[in-house]
Amino acid sequence: MGLPLFDPVSDPGPDFAALVQRTGHSLPAFSENDLNLAHATTVVALRYGDGVIMAGDRRATAGNVIAHRTVEKVFPADRYSAIAISGSAAMAAEMVRLFQVQLEHYEKVEGIALSLEGKANQLAQMVRSNLPMAMQGFVVVPLYCGYDVLRGMGRIFDYDAAGGRYEDADFSATGSGGTYARTTVRLGYREGLTRDEAVELAILSLYEAADADSATGGPDSVRGIYPVVATVSAQGYEQLDDEEVATRFDAIIERRRGAKGNAEGTLR
Amino acid sequence: MTMPFYVAPEQVMKDRAEYAQKGIARGRALVATVYGTGILLVAENPSGTLHKISEIYDRIAFAGVGKFNEYDQLRVAGVRHADTKGYAFSREDVDARGLANLYAQYLGQVFTHEMKPMEVEILVAELGNGVRTTQLFRIAYEGTITDEVGYSVLGGDADAIRARFTEGARSDWELRDALRHAVGALAGPERTLGVDDLEVAVLEDSGHRRTFRRLSDDEVRSLLAD
Repeated sequence: MGLPLFDPVSDPGPDFAALVQRTGHSLPAFSENDLNLAHATTVVALRYGDGVIMAGDRRATAGNVIAHRTVEKVFPADRYSAIAISGSAAMAAEMVRLFQVQLEHYEKVEGIALSLEGKANQLAQMVRSNLPMAMQGFVVVPLYCGYDVLRGMGRIFDYDAAGGRYEDADFSATGSGGTYARTTVRLGYREGLTRDEAVELAILSLYEAADADSATGGPDSVRGIYPVVATVSAQGYEQLDDEEVATRFDAIIERRRGAKGNAEGTLR
Repeated sequence: MTMPFYVAPEQVMKDRAEYAQKGIARGRALVATVYGTGILLVAENPSGTLHKISEIYDRIAFAGVGKFNEYDQLRVAGVRHADTKGYAFSREDVDARGLANLYAQYLGQVFTHEMKPMEVEILVAELGNGVRTTQLFRIAYEGTITDEVGYSVLGGDADAIRARFTEGARSDWELRDALRHAVGALAGPERTLGVDDLEVAVLEDSGHRRTFRRLSDDEVRSLLAD
């Protein structure tokens, strides 16, 4: 590995993906080419007063088998943003890794971090570069959210397989249990939720998704495995302690037990 | 047919070295030192945006003196090398020694083969962890690499600054003491350096993966205040 120096006219700039290709490494094609590969499932993001919350379950399935129980689907993309991907677990992890390096690489080369808008567009390009594979039905779709330092607010972006980037006003969810999670959040959402309320709602939405979707993992109190919940605010990316998440799940289970599994007219 | 004049290789090298030394001597100096919980890098730099000190990787910092465009080119190459290496293998495989060697090779190559040597002197600093030790590599314009112990001084008037710094230098001191001593050594007896003339950064463990941190003017002011 030599020192990567370039002529000023052919310099790849702060683009890490271009650099990787120029230095003779190969970039992964973000695809799933074997139906028995592990899949990852429900992730949800919603805005609250100080920023955004992102949460994802821990289960990966291969067909009808639970392949992994401890997969993490929510990652810090950088200090002020989080990314989650539903789809092929291995390829999703690789896309996240490349995206994380890309953001940090840009920041170091340029001496200043990309804007949240810039980061979201960068991710769209990465998804779009996978379009030929997506046309064959091999899709990896991310959910991205972050704290916009310039605007002082949380923002959420979701993507389609063609690299289309859509900003969501308040919340979004993807994955096989995403429909249930999104519905739950929609019923409980209002402007300016506190952190506690938003965490509660995110956890409830994952509970509902796991309740209805077999590929989404619920709280596993036997093994002590709980979904990953993270907040992104002016203080940056912060992942909640398992203990806090466990306490909230236990409370939901306790309430539901008394009501034969129903919410009994209130969203709780 | 015209014959080129013969110039002795000794003379060529001497002229190039003199040229590079002159260029570096015009620039302002920089001090890096190990302190109790990290590595402190202090440069005399009136510009708030054209940095002499930068982040290369999680535990590696870069510092350069001399011609800005030349050491900045080396800085960017270092970031690229570290990021591609970390991406291809693992983040733990990126180390200062490998990078310092590459810089030394490149500077040596330019010094012997190009018309003009690079008018730079650079430092690659790595904050140790449980496995690796803290290291400071100074690389001179002609590719000489020095494994410095405890502290390093680069740039114009380096000898005088080094003499001032050596007196009373420690490795277990607090950040505040290290910074004051470094600023005192950079300034010398006749000058005082204000916050606006300084660029300060540290490599320090704070629970995050990335250990590089720039100190804001306010932070430097409060550390220097009595």
